[in-house]
Amino acid sequence: MTKKTFIGLCLLPLIVLVTAFFVLPMARLVVAGAGGDLGLRAYAAILLEPRYRATLINTVLLAAATTAVTLVIATVSGLFLQRHRFPGQPLLVAMLTFPLAFPGVVVGFMIILLAGRQGLIGEVTLRLFGDKQVFAYSIEGLFLGYLYFSIPRVMLTIMAAVEKLDGTLEEAARALGAGPWAVARDVILPALAPAFIASGAIAFATAMGAFGTAFTLATEIDVLPMLIYTEFTLSANIAMAAALSVGLGLVTWAILALARNYGGSTVAASG
Amino acid sequence: MSPIRNRPIFAAQLVFTLAVAAFLIVPAFLSMLAGVTSNYFRGIRSGLTLQWVLEVWQLYSDTIFRSFLIAFAALAVTLAVGIPAAYALHRRNDRLSRAIEEVITLPLAIPGLAIALALLLSYGGFSSFRRSWLFILAGHAIFTLPFMVRSVMAVFAATDVKALDETAASLGASPWRRFRDVIVPTARPGILAGSLMVITLSLGEFNLTWMLHTPLTKTLPVGLADSYASMRLEVASAYTLVFFVMIIPLLTAMQIFAGHRYNPTGLGR
Repeated sequence: MTKKTFIGLCLLPLIVLVTAFFVLPMARLVVAGAGGDLGLRAYAAILLEPRYRATLINTVLLAAATTAVTLVIATVSGLFLQRHRFPGQPLLVAMLTFPLAFPGVVVGFMIILLAGRQGLIGEVTLRLFGDKQVFAYSIEGLFLGYLYFSIPRVMLTIMAAVEKLDGTLEEAARALGAGPWAVARDVILPALAPAFIASGAIAFATAMGAFGTAFTLATEIDVLPMLIYTEFTLSANIAMAAALSVGLGLVTWAILALARNYGGSTVAASG
Repeated sequence: MSPIRNRPIFAAQLVFTLAVAAFLIVPAFLSMLAGVTSNYFRGIRSGLTLQWVLEVWQLYSDTIFRSFLIAFAALAVTLAVGIPAAYALHRRNDRLSRAIEEVITLPLAIPGLAIALALLLSYGGFSSFRRSWLFILAGHAIFTLPFMVRSVMAVFAATDVKALDETAASLGASPWRRFRDVIVPTARPGILAGSLMVITLSLGEFNLTWMLHTPLTKTLPVGLADSYASMRLEVASAYTLVFFVMIIPLLTAMQIFAGHRYNPTGLGR
């Protein structure tokens, strides 16, 4: 057997598996999106139909807010944890990255325990102010859930980037009389920009596609994945569900592809 | 090399970081506590009990076994398909192989819901396949495959596997023998890291599985969603506790063996 044949044989199982269970089904999904009463206009309806458009805007705003807040939190804590060694520091890092493997449903349950009807926040506010705060099932609860699953992964990327920073540049800035804020603004943050783009894109794409958390919280506000789910199961509007899925997939894929061009290597995430 | 410590800034950052850690850890801790508390509403004073864990076992043990079955089957598939493919992609390293790599990583960029819909539309009509756990396995294999391939390819890129391979070839070793005796042993760290990721991801996968499951093929995360919606808080918590007990050793092993290099950003959600 020649080397070429052997390498070809090595690839064959992968090509069969991926074609059968990914490439062909995805092609089918794209076709199905145009297969309803609306035809190809189903794709346009994502933007034109008020209900779909409102959901799309909701989802984009929620994902953008999640990304922005997560980046701030992860930068402050990530810089801190990477730069200082103190007793308990490794434990703190472990605590902050522990929720990485939580499925979205579990994240939703965490938010219920914090802000649900029997939640901690409700308990505390009842004791302190005599007014039970319950917001797990509103957009604030959903936002909190999205922060919950975004913080660990963004934090890991930023900590890895901080580790690689060139400390001599900061020393030079300090030697030239720059204060801590000036060093952060003019030296550290610009050097971290690629990590911000890469991890921000992951956070945004993940938040756009997140389903489990919204599903558990059964929120009043609609996000795109919940809309797809209800179109498919409750309304049996398969064409629209397919068109919305294709639209959502294109957006998350494009964001990650763009970020990869600007920010170097990323590993994407599915929501 | 640590910068000069600035006291007030250090203290502020510490407090902030502790608050973030509390946000992540306190609810996880509460759920573990609620899972072994007789009555969560009355609190810990009502006493500790294992009755909820037992109830979870009676109600949901099948989901736990099924999740392990699917996770190990997904591991078998990704090992059998992924290791040879990683070798071939690394050796070819041309336009076509980069295109293939791009395609197999797409399932990470596309929400699981979309992939599940695509599978349902394509295979929903084959009812015996649709009703079996193999349908869920198909989704999990597609979703976890890129982690195995990438993690093995990362090892190939870091070691000079091409030189090893060619040396073995010049000594007259057949392609199969080189694969078995040179390539696979070299790839071992990547295989280990990839395997841990595949198992962890498969055990926690919900978005695809929720769409692909039937009442007779529920997995652990599907059962969790079920219990969150319909069971009392203590049972839901005990079930979550069981999940934590399964997933924490895997996560710890992943940190030890894989470190930060294979930043498992595909996890969670």
